[in-house]
Amino acid sequence: MLKFEPLGTWPRPCHADCGHSTAAASGTGASIRAPLRYIKGVDARVPLLPSPFEEWFAARGWAPRPHQLELVSRAQAGLSTLLIAPTGASKTLAGFLPSLIELAPLKDEGPRRPHKLHTLYISPLKALTTDVARNLNTPATEMQLGVRIETRTGDTPPSRRQRQRAHPPDILLTTPEQLCLLIASEHARVFFEDLQAVVIDEIHALAPTKRGDLLALALARLKRWAPAHRRIGLSATVADEEGLVRWLLGSSPSPRGGGRGRQRNPALSPAPQGGGEIIVKAPPGAAPIIDVLDSDANIPWSGHTARHAIPELYETIKRTKLALVFVNTRAQAEMTFQELWRVNEDSLPIALHHGSLDVAQRRKVEAAMAAGKLRAVVCTSTLDLGIDWGDVDLVIQIGAPKGCARLVQRIGRANHRYNEPSRALLAPSNRFEVLECRSAQEAVQEGALDGESLRIGGLDCLAQHIMGCACGEPFDEDELYAEVISTAAYANLPRSTFDRTIDLVATGGYALRSYDRYRRIVQDPHTNLWRARNASVAQQHRMNVGAIVESEMLDVRLAHRTGARPRPGTPKAQGPTPLVAGRRLGQIEEYFIEGLAPGDTFLFAGEILRLLGVRETDALVVRATDQQTPKIPSYAGGKFPLSTFLADRVRHMLHDVKRQKKLPKQVRDWIKIQKRRSVVPAPDEMLVETFPRGGKHYLVCYPFEGRLAQQTLGVLITRRLERLGKNPVGFLASEYAMAVWGLEPMGDVDLAALFDEDMLGDDLESWLGESTLMKSTFSKCAVIAGMIDRNVPGATRKTGRQVTFSSDLIYDVLKQYEPDHILLQAAFADAGEGYLDIKRVGALLARIKGKIIHRDLPYVSPFAAPVMLEMGKVGIRGAADEAVLEDAASLIAEAMS
Amino acid sequence: MPLLSQPAPKPERPRRKAVAVAPVRAVPPMAIVGDSVEMRLGHTLVTALPDGALWVAESKTLIVSDIHFEKGSSFALRGQMLPPYDTHAALLKLTDLMLRLQPDIIVSLGDSFHDSGGPARMDARDRELLRLLMSRCDWVWVEGNHDGRAPETLGGKFHEVLHVGSLVLRHEPTESAAPGEIAGHMHPCARVVGRGRSVRRRCFATDGARLVMPAFGTYTGGLNVCHEAFANIFPGGATALVLGKDRVLPAPNERLVGD
Repeated sequence: MLKFEPLGTWPRPCHADCGHSTAAASGTGASIRAPLRYIKGVDARVPLLPSPFEEWFAARGWAPRPHQLELVSRAQAGLSTLLIAPTGASKTLAGFLPSLIELAPLKDEGPRRPHKLHTLYISPLKALTTDVARNLNTPATEMQLGVRIETRTGDTPPSRRQRQRAHPPDILLTTPEQLCLLIASEHARVFFEDLQAVVIDEIHALAPTKRGDLLALALARLKRWAPAHRRIGLSATVADEEGLVRWLLGSSPSPRGGGRGRQRNPALSPAPQGGGEIIVKAPPGAAPIIDVLDSDANIPWSGHTARHAIPELYETIKRTKLALVFVNTRAQAEMTFQELWRVNEDSLPIALHHGSLDVAQRRKVEAAMAAGKLRAVVCTSTLDLGIDWGDVDLVIQIGAPKGCARLVQRIGRANHRYNEPSRALLAPSNRFEVLECRSAQEAVQEGALDGESLRIGGLDCLAQHIMGCACGEPFDEDELYAEVISTAAYANLPRSTFDRTIDLVATGGYALRSYDRYRRIVQDPHTNLWRARNASVAQQHRMNVGAIVESEMLDVRLAHRTGARPRPGTPKAQGPTPLVAGRRLGQIEEYFIEGLAPGDTFLFAGEILRLLGVRETDALVVRATDQQTPKIPSYAGGKFPLSTFLADRVRHMLHDVKRQKKLPKQVRDWIKIQKRRSVVPAPDEMLVETFPRGGKHYLVCYPFEGRLAQQTLGVLITRRLERLGKNPVGFLASEYAMAVWGLEPMGDVDLAALFDEDMLGDDLESWLGESTLMKSTFSKCAVIAGMIDRNVPGATRKTGRQVTFSSDLIYDVLKQYEPDHILLQAAFADAGEGYLDIKRVGALLARIKGKIIHRDLPYVSPFAAPVMLEMGKVGIRGAADEAVLEDAASLIAEAMS
Repeated sequence: MPLLSQPAPKPERPRRKAVAVAPVRAVPPMAIVGDSVEMRLGHTLVTALPDGALWVAESKTLIVSDIHFEKGSSFALRGQMLPPYDTHAALLKLTDLMLRLQPDIIVSLGDSFHDSGGPARMDARDRELLRLLMSRCDWVWVEGNHDGRAPETLGGKFHEVLHVGSLVLRHEPTESAAPGEIAGHMHPCARVVGRGRSVRRRCFATDGARLVMPAFGTYTGGLNVCHEAFANIFPGGATALVLGKDRVLPAPNERLVGD
């Protein structure tokens, strides 16, 4: 990330006018703290750099960039900053430059100077902290600053962690989880009270997540201990700038929560109007060049493989130095990798990189990339963020990007150089995706961005934070409340909810007060301060910190049999010898393996594997050399939903004949025929088509709201049709459309009533009670809130099979006996945003009120064809579970008759 | 009630060491009656009920196993605040069964409490309900490995092994026991495959001669019947009587897979 550009690529600011290099600060502490001189100009308040820095830049023929200098001068004034700078603009150095300048004079105090934490750097990725440490050490060493720079991640050995706690470095690079752990340790206040600056990298990726909730709460705690610290947020892509400023700064806790320090930092006062004073923007780099693959091949109606485009993509890769081929799911990654190798006549070095692969394997790929040994890497979001792995000159996106911000982030991976345009090629995998890719291309060129909206802080995260605080410095509940609502995420948290969350942490928060004697946190009767009940409860908490709840994973291992192998020609030994687990290929979700029977084949790590069975936490496999077509993993959960912003643009494009001119002829014709055979809806309308086919009756609607929201819609609509006596049999949701089919004609249904907003009342309620997605959402909340432990002291790694109880059972009991429990409320709130996307369904129903147009057709329309092609893969879940059992039972019945 | 023929002799088959696939074996004779499954164990007709209880009609005996009362509070002691309704939920299930079947004898086949401190932690409301249930029939606690003799303090009879007619009831199944043994302890679960997916549920495991009960408790997890621990009890393989949503469904072992 840290890259210093040669002078040629960036004009040196203002040198001729001010000649400041000779007048630069001498490097003593006094001169650093002296007010910096500014250059008079419209926007240029450029401070002077102290001489070692000035010389260091000059020696390399470089010049500090205006935004870097701006951050230095703002830091001098004690101001916090949100820096928005495109990839390659050296924003990480910009974030650290003020700290380095402040720390430089300390060198004179000698190597035995006191250990005080000056700057805390937080990144969403472990790997990024290491990378930044390395890049930061280069200038620090070359300038002989004597600054202590260290990382602290899950990989840091305990001895070093202990040493760090006693003797903190000047600059500590770490992750949100490690920060939470530090806060949950004794003497946290002493550790943090000298803190001057917090740098948060890739802030846009953290803020809208549960990790962001925990981080925001942790930052509020830091503010109590080090009230004067400044915050610097770094980001390349920001849609909601003001929201992010509010997130970064929060507001001042009310006076009663003022803490010890008297010092007040103007920048940390209530969020300034408009956020404009807080934001520093580097000029945008060169505009990216984005092409949409206009394939000569027939563009498929449906599917997500883009198999048709593979030969053309291969030709493109041949002309490129290094291409990153982004796909949206791991299954797609595996498939694309296979397909590329199938046509790889020149045996180009093409590699695979995704989150399930063994870490060692991934590191190998990364090293090969950095060494320039690869021509293409097929990857998932694992390579979205952060690190430069080599000279990528082209980004290929297979399938629609689903959101503009993600697309911009990915495109930024190509040509990490500021003034040269990045090149990207979008390869849509079906006709609707052509529209989506075009819309995304237009949006990026206009500089329009979407992005995940900021969330309301989760109560599960709050519970974890409360426990963490109690494990560290005992807290006063009034003060902690003031602190919590000073964050943007929890600004509107009612006191009563806060109190209930404390009770959740203490006793589980049940109406039946049976656990009052087993409190996890207790209140001192004299001081009223809360603390953890005992050391073992605190230890248990520290082992379970964090908001990343991964699905239960199994190790995928190649298996072989032990014992002497029969020589060729000799009769086979009696019975097979026992299986031995061998080399680890990576990890795979337990639920995926559960869906397979031994003998089934699947694609993993670029190979076709046959499952032999599962032993403890290993999925044992062999290579299936005889197989051509594996059962491809479906990893349904890993898909990103189409962003609201992009969906809106797609709906407009459908209706805008002018903008369609750029579309491939096949797609234009497809829309034209739709117009003739049915209708193309206006952007604010929703089209519903009903038609018979093959003895069944179909209802297809086109909300363009993404698969998750439409899946929820599908469930609810199915329930309503059931009540209307239409005998619905199944439904299918794609990214763009949702189809229900049944045994009765659907043409006469009152659509306004069918799609009425009251759907989100009782229907939703009763479905949620049984939904497996709701159960897994609850399970995650329960883990984060500390009701269910992931890790138990002294135990080895657990998987679902070894856990002594199932969170599903707990959900069922809680739902039945205490439906208003605070954790069920938290899970419900999550479901609204997460896998069930209820919030979006609500917005859709409101949007289409009075705007539904209906066509009762005798045939399938062109728009309906894609979803019809995907049909038959999905049934109604709850019923299907029982059907599996009934099938098996009917075998028995047959055997007995 | 339909009468069943004697179980077929067990075919002698070597136990496969292969991973987690139950050996194939003939399904013991059984009949689906309403929501339950009837079969003969030794000479006694027993009925596997969808709640995971076993009904022995000839002696009007209701058997449940591994209730693990007070598992929730046991976890709360160690800082995991699971909902404190598990004991009550199990008691309500028992109440319902008693009202329907009017048993003369109820046998709790061991691990009635999650730990020996369980009876002391039980709250007043639940204790009262349990006392009421116990007053309506002969109540037998069988010794378990989790709770030992702790339930004895609540009254009722206490046995290490109980004989009911030709049936032998004990908590832990013994290897190479005679036909007619009913045990618990193992918490059998079955993963049934079909339609390209799999479903995991609690189950009874039986080879027609012996039977292992599912756990009755609210929060009790389970061990897959394909696990080799079951091979020691059922060397010829077992059939799973799977607890569906509201009925018992037998699943032949070629449809069962390991976890």
